[in-house]
Amino acid sequence: MVAPTRAARNRTSGSALPRYLLRRLGTSIVLLIGVTLVTFVLTALVPGDPIAAALGEGAIQNEATVQAYRERYGMDRSLPERYLLYLLALLQGDLGTSIRTSRPVMEELSTALPATVEVAFGAIVVSLAVALVLGTIAAYRSGKLADQVVRVVSLVGLSVPTFWLAIMVYRLFFMQLGWAPGSGRLSPALNPPPRVTGLYLIDFAIDGDPVGFIDAAAHLALPVLVLSLFTIGLLTRFIRTSVLEVLSTDYIRAARAKGLPARRVIVGYLLRGASLPILTMVGIAFGALLSGTVLVEAVFAWPGLGTYAYYAAINLDLPAVMGVGLVVGVVYVVINLIVDLLYGVLDPRVRLG
Amino acid sequence: MSTSASRVSRAAEARVSRRSRRRLPAAWRSPLAVIGLVIAAVWFLAAILAPWIAPYDPLAQSLPRLTPPGEASIMGTDALGRDVFSRLLHGARVTIPLAGMLVACAMVLGTVIGAVAGYVGGWVDEVLGRLTDLFMAFPTVILAMVIAASLGPSLYNAVLAGIVVTWPMYARVTRSLVLSLRSQNYVIASRLLGYSPWRSLGTDILPNMLGPVLVLASLEVGTAILLLTGLSFLGLGAQPPTAEWGSMISGAMQNIDSWWLGVFPGLAILTVVMAFNFIGDSLRDVLDPLSSAERQGAGAAAPPASAQDEGADPVSALTSEISEQEAPR
Repeated sequence: MVAPTRAARNRTSGSALPRYLLRRLGTSIVLLIGVTLVTFVLTALVPGDPIAAALGEGAIQNEATVQAYRERYGMDRSLPERYLLYLLALLQGDLGTSIRTSRPVMEELSTALPATVEVAFGAIVVSLAVALVLGTIAAYRSGKLADQVVRVVSLVGLSVPTFWLAIMVYRLFFMQLGWAPGSGRLSPALNPPPRVTGLYLIDFAIDGDPVGFIDAAAHLALPVLVLSLFTIGLLTRFIRTSVLEVLSTDYIRAARAKGLPARRVIVGYLLRGASLPILTMVGIAFGALLSGTVLVEAVFAWPGLGTYAYYAAINLDLPAVMGVGLVVGVVYVVINLIVDLLYGVLDPRVRLG
Repeated sequence: MSTSASRVSRAAEARVSRRSRRRLPAAWRSPLAVIGLVIAAVWFLAAILAPWIAPYDPLAQSLPRLTPPGEASIMGTDALGRDVFSRLLHGARVTIPLAGMLVACAMVLGTVIGAVAGYVGGWVDEVLGRLTDLFMAFPTVILAMVIAASLGPSLYNAVLAGIVVTWPMYARVTRSLVLSLRSQNYVIASRLLGYSPWRSLGTDILPNMLGPVLVLASLEVGTAILLLTGLSFLGLGAQPPTAEWGSMISGAMQNIDSWWLGVFPGLAILTVVMAFNFIGDSLRDVLDPLSSAERQGAGAAAPPASAQDEGADPVSALTSEISEQEAPR
């Protein structure tokens, strides 16, 4: 009896999944075009004078210099024209040239992004692990003391100024205790691994260099710790709510009533049932981390997206700012895509619907 | 006779207290809210009284440099011989009012735009909606940095940057609230009675969405403080010699051996933000039965699907918006 139904379901999902995937990819492309438009328009709206910032007050008096500069960066054209040129260049992987460093923005971002992704990913893994435990405890003991304690912990986590916490842990674990290494991604004595992904941990592993791997991991520890605290606050509260919702469903009651051990109920039923909203929130948190690392990167001299964005901003280096905005936007869209596709994996109803 | 009199008065007292407790919003009864209120009150007092209770002039470079906390100055002195405690107290006068101003302006701007979009609908909604998306799609912190940098680093420009990056959230929440309220019978009735759209917006809709929007705003004060102090920390907000917490911490980075320079301003930011988060979170409990422990029964009865049904239920719309919006920093 069961076998044919399952086979039938497989057949349906086999044909439905690609269509779902295609539709989802289509939306992603539309979103990506939207992202390019947004970064372009917002940067065009910026009130400051990038020409003055780049050339200095002296050179701006000289009209020929200004004119040459405007032509070089295409600033003499109309906005729609500039947008089209921008899109055309984008299609060739050209994000423009940084005004500050005169290097291609694409090249600079390709080293900055992995540095930030490494920290952000570490922070997500750590905080998700902690938040799953705290959130489930809080939901299980809702209204009890444990729930209140978890609530206060996560609210405090949301209240800590990350740049301050970064300085504090740096002082304590590096300067006082010497447990953690100093700033940067690697100790000065070591060379970066041969570039494959740009993520030092993975590249060192590919290279088979245990010393470098351990050193890179140790340098990650403090930034990850600092960023985790905020994300723990964010995720815990959300996981608590999601788990609470699932806890009141009949299938959980049934699972508990038939005497399944608590651990099986939690892992097999409860967290699986709550996994979709949690997944969405993790995606949002990851995207937020990518652009929210600025302050922490500043403290740890971490050569990531945040540091790059900071120098781009204070120098009004608009091609670089647009590059950062675009990269963060693209990552958002990609994360959303991954989350949606995982939805399909976790919940058959999404595939079929 | 005296006993009966006292009994009467005690009964009256009990009645009064019972009545006042009933009149008190549920939020103020939670210990978290009380703690938050007390901390916030202490900081408000410190901000108001700073000129009188600060032992030194916050800008005067009159003390020995970099002395650790001691009898002369309870939180030590900084690299220019200024009293950290005095600067801390005066810092409250800078950050708290500016954060309040930021939130108030962003709230008014966002609420007006969101309410008009939701109420008028059609192409107006379309245009305003896209405008909101435009600002939300760009990473908050980076946009704030770019704006602050392009306007020139100053505290007021940092506030302006904060307003620009935070108003869209209020617009979104307000829009979905207005959408759900617009279809309520009493609003339709007032339109049928021939009242102008502005009247129905002002007297029927606005008061009913004020609660959720204010809760959001109270949660946002903390975020605003973190944003302002963060921008100042990067040198894009307060400029020296202003006594401001973020720039005090950035000064501490240059003298990292003097722990007292960084610890105290950080704790100041932490406690203020925490106070507002405690208050806002307790207020949200009252609005949102699902996240409240006491009202779990009511929450369990509500179908979880309601959150996805856009604009069906103002509260769940709000809380899902809030939880989505808490992330950017």
